Amino acid sequence: MRPGHGEVLIAEGDIELGEDRERLVEEFRRQLDQGLWAAVPVGDERKEARMVTSFDEVPGDSERVIFFPRAAGG
Amino acid sequence: MILAVAATAIIVIALLAEELVPLLAQKWRRHKARVKRVPAPASDPGRERRAEQRARELLRTCVGEEQWAMYRDLGFLRVWGTLSDARDTGGAPYAFLIYPHQPIVAYLAQTHRLLSEYCVAFPDRERPYGSELLPDSDDVLAKWMALTGDERRLLEEANMHLPGRHHDPAKVKRDLWRLGQWERSRMREQPAPQTAGN
Repeated sequence: MRPGHGEVLIAEGDIELGEDRERLVEEFRRQLDQGLWAAVPVGDERKEARMVTSFDEVPGDSERVIFFPRAAGG
Repeated sequence: MILAVAATAIIVIALLAEELVPLLAQKWRRHKARVKRVPAPASDPGRERRAEQRARELLRTCVGEEQWAMYRDLGFLRVWGTLSDARDTGGAPYAFLIYPHQPIVAYLAQTHRLLSEYCVAFPDRERPYGSELLPDSDDVLAKWMALTGDERRLLEEANMHLPGRHHDPAKVKRDLWRLGQWERSRMREQPAPQTAGN
């Protein structure tokens, strides 16, 4: 998510494919280095989000990771 | 004779200057303004609307059917609190109301007593001053993810205020009443569970 733009697709790929995975990991790190938070929506009946700080924490069956600006006192 | 002409000339110049100086100054300012004119950015009135439409779709696919319906129908989300040592709750169940671009409201679930308001924003760190806002539904989703993902961290980042600082407590109470009505209505609409022998 980007202020003023909303949702922007950053990267997509199949983590089973080495080249795709490498690119996704690199992009993941780049977003976190920019100071963004990363979250993965999880759960079936009762949905919630899981905050992740490394690519390895992303559940294998996740369809997407959402990056959004860090919270700050408003 | 020369003295009289000189005196007259001085008076004429002084009178003219009184009229001419402001006129010249104004012309100079206009000239500078023309030189400094900044081209307006290309206008795209639909950009915000499209961003909000994408944000609503993203929210719908992330929060689940019931929460999405709540936001669509009521304009806010309710998220249950999970901390056992949450402030002022005495261990009682509590929840939050998430509004777009307004503080999160914490309240006791059973009594509807308002506990506090948490002011939180998601600014663009690359442009901390005058940065644009997230679309409404993205703001709600960001709060929802941060609350359900790491409630303690979000509350620590937020500025906490007593109820009534930003939200009208009467309006929040009305929203809680609307939420109750909405939930009862949904329960009535759901088909009764099949019992054994039926």
